[in-house]
Amino acid sequence: MNGSRRPDVDAKIAGRFRFAGDLATDSTLHGVTVRSPEPHARIIAVRTAAAANAPGVVRVFTSADVPGARNVGHIVRDQPVFAERIVRYQGEPIAFVVATSAAAAARGAALVEVDLDPFPVLDDPERSEAPDAPVLHEHGNVYRHLTIRRGDPTISAPVVVQGEWSTGRQDQLFLAPESGVAAPTSNGGVVLDVATQDLHADRAQIAAALALAEELVTVRLAGVGGAFGGREDITLQIHLCLAAHALGRPVTATYTRPESFLAHPKRHPARLRYELGADHDGRLVVVRADVLLDGGAYASTSGPVLGSACYFAAGPYRIPNVEIRGAAVATNNPVSGAMRGFGAVQACFGIESTMDLLAAELGIDPIELRRINALRPGDRFPTSGQLVGDHAPVHEVIDRCAALPMPCSPPAPDRVRGVGFALGVKSHLYGEGMPEWAEATMRVDRDGATIVSAATECGQGVENAVRRLAAEVLVGLPVTVARATTDAGYAGSSSASRATWMSGGAVGLAANEARATLVGRAADFLGVDRLHVGLSGGRFTAGQSSVGLAELLGDDVVECSSTYRAPPTERGDPSTGAGDVHVSWMFVAHRAVVDVDLRLGTIETVQIATAQDVGRAIDEREVIGQIRGGISQGLGLALYEHLDAPGGRVVNAGLTDYLIPTAADMPEVVVALVEHPDPRSPHGGKGVGEPPSLSSTAAIASAVRAATGRPILRVPIRPDDIYR
Amino acid sequence: MTVNGHEVTTTVGPTEALLETLRHLGLTGPKGGCHEGECGACSVVLDGSVVCSCLVLAAVCADRHVVTPEGVEAPDLAEALVEHGAVQCGFCTPGIVVSASVLLDRCSETGDRPDRSRITEELSGNLCRCTGYCGIITAVEQTLDRRLVRRGR
Repeated sequence: MNGSRRPDVDAKIAGRFRFAGDLATDSTLHGVTVRSPEPHARIIAVRTAAAANAPGVVRVFTSADVPGARNVGHIVRDQPVFAERIVRYQGEPIAFVVATSAAAAARGAALVEVDLDPFPVLDDPERSEAPDAPVLHEHGNVYRHLTIRRGDPTISAPVVVQGEWSTGRQDQLFLAPESGVAAPTSNGGVVLDVATQDLHADRAQIAAALALAEELVTVRLAGVGGAFGGREDITLQIHLCLAAHALGRPVTATYTRPESFLAHPKRHPARLRYELGADHDGRLVVVRADVLLDGGAYASTSGPVLGSACYFAAGPYRIPNVEIRGAAVATNNPVSGAMRGFGAVQACFGIESTMDLLAAELGIDPIELRRINALRPGDRFPTSGQLVGDHAPVHEVIDRCAALPMPCSPPAPDRVRGVGFALGVKSHLYGEGMPEWAEATMRVDRDGATIVSAATECGQGVENAVRRLAAEVLVGLPVTVARATTDAGYAGSSSASRATWMSGGAVGLAANEARATLVGRAADFLGVDRLHVGLSGGRFTAGQSSVGLAELLGDDVVECSSTYRAPPTERGDPSTGAGDVHVSWMFVAHRAVVDVDLRLGTIETVQIATAQDVGRAIDEREVIGQIRGGISQGLGLALYEHLDAPGGRVVNAGLTDYLIPTAADMPEVVVALVEHPDPRSPHGGKGVGEPPSLSSTAAIASAVRAATGRPILRVPIRPDDIYR
Repeated sequence: MTVNGHEVTTTVGPTEALLETLRHLGLTGPKGGCHEGECGACSVVLDGSVVCSCLVLAAVCADRHVVTPEGVEAPDLAEALVEHGAVQCGFCTPGIVVSASVLLDRCSETGDRPDRSRITEELSGNLCRCTGYCGIITAVEQTLDRRLVRRGR
């Protein structure tokens, strides 16, 4: 039945679904990227002659071949298309070798000679602002500073605890490595089929680098094998378009896994220093926190990630006195950027770990301490001071999560069991004053309705969600979703738990407009007033008479385009961060149960229980899928995942050395959906993608603390954090 | 070799992986996720056993039988995967279908009903980054139970 299954699911199961890496034909040229082996160096020379003369090589591209902007970036345009004078991280692209086969391109790439004069490497973010630190960028080593102050943060409290916490460099590890195919067009432009999260942002950067009008660049969504933030930034898009445009032939590239690890920005490693004060009854009085994010070699989304980390550094709690000092700084480490949870994951580990310290100090049950302090409807958000409105079911997520059943089986005799609890909060949508809108078109012909939108389906199910929302309006009409391209009108990125909210909003408007138009035509057709026309089972009915779509439209097409605009936000006050910086918040609770082997330092996650504030579940099965998947990534950060780069050199860029959870590592997951439709949402639904990753990590760490009595100051937790 | 029941004759390089050969033949069901035998997205059946086709030299597959995701006939498993929300991005899915189908075929022949943890263990060579695995394992369990009920009749 239409709407009962994801539109992509059958092709995916049968292996027929076309991912970006499945599109090349025999005549497609192949590109391989030459990357810097050094994390920081001056480029003395790039010699391409030997590569260019190698069998099968068609051409070698370097910075000299970029006709337009030499630097691009999602927000700040500071990242070279190809490094020109200086390389700032290991793996930075220097050249792109195009050949008649992937093997020939790889052989050619090995022949490109790059002479580098190594510079001192800045690998410690604590040193980025030191006077003697190497300066990586013209504007210095700071991507963003943010200070948030509320009340009197100098106030003393009867009970004060301090904690210092750190988090690892997590890779999004989408399973399909970066891939795409670019081809020249007959009008002198270029068309790119690519796995991405943001078609229009890609197009803007491609057009700038190629010095082409945006109208001459079309970006189409190819099958995306996962994203999780890792496809927000440019990787191979411009290299492919540059080559296809210059050579007049289609060019493809697919990264290897080690290359993928180096190429896209990761979750920011964070160091979080906290002081948390309360009265003897456990009521929070003051929080003071320093948040330091390792932004790596280029800005990427470091600015907004720091915003998210700082605004959520006080958790979902009533705290009258707050000071958060944040910095996102440059290093020669891999570039950091967007990953599911976007700074709020790190902040959550900081505040929730400190809450555990406070609970122990006060002798209050950790869940009770959270109940005492959780925000209530009508409160002000602790950092921004913004009113949280009536839709802040923090107590409900705590109570529903705490009431979920515990695991049935006891721990093995040589294991110690621990239970941990954590609360997460994050905004959805961009916020901080970014104008935000999404466009969509509903096209209806005799066969049914088609949604035309640039919302990017990365696997999370936005196509399914917008189709369901359209089907609620166009009752009984077949609804399909056209392939997303830049021709469809702006939709923004699939990120910030925003795609279903935003594009669902636009699709809902367009569907209602299409329905009104069709009802008007049906009224004329049936000779009745439009008020008497209903739509059910795909037919327009008035009393005993009715008309179907084919008869009503003949060869006509009804097309309705709409733009949904998110409620506005503002940039926070420059000195205090105060302001209406977010549209709305998502709240979540996680309870983790772990069994720990104290001799080996190994941890088995037995169960994760969660209650999540979802507004309204547009498709419950898919919402639960997001929850389980997000928890598996939270588990990864808690126990396994850190891309290690001592001295700026990555040592574990492969799936043999960088471990993600397997089926055998995944615990039982018990879910409670807290559903109160959010009136600020166009359809009542909240974002659901990020919350599962917010506090699952912190809950697991908390459970390991409870089992072992060890402080657990960092994630991922290593065995030597547990040895007694 | 035979691929999905069809005789195929092709020339392969001395270091060419079976994965490359299959994809050159136009079979895009097997996916290259890591090229080091860790992710399982390239899983195929080689003479009845699940292998990572990225780790098998094509040259050693002469006269052998290969089944790719395109050749797996398991509509009951497919329906269960849909029912339990076991598919998101879908990049791992063809490999999961291959691994699960071998398990299901073996157990429905022997009548063996491994418990959930053994099924999980057997499928732990296929990484999935999207779903958290729960729906996948439940779908395989349910498919097996239904087959065993049918077999018992």
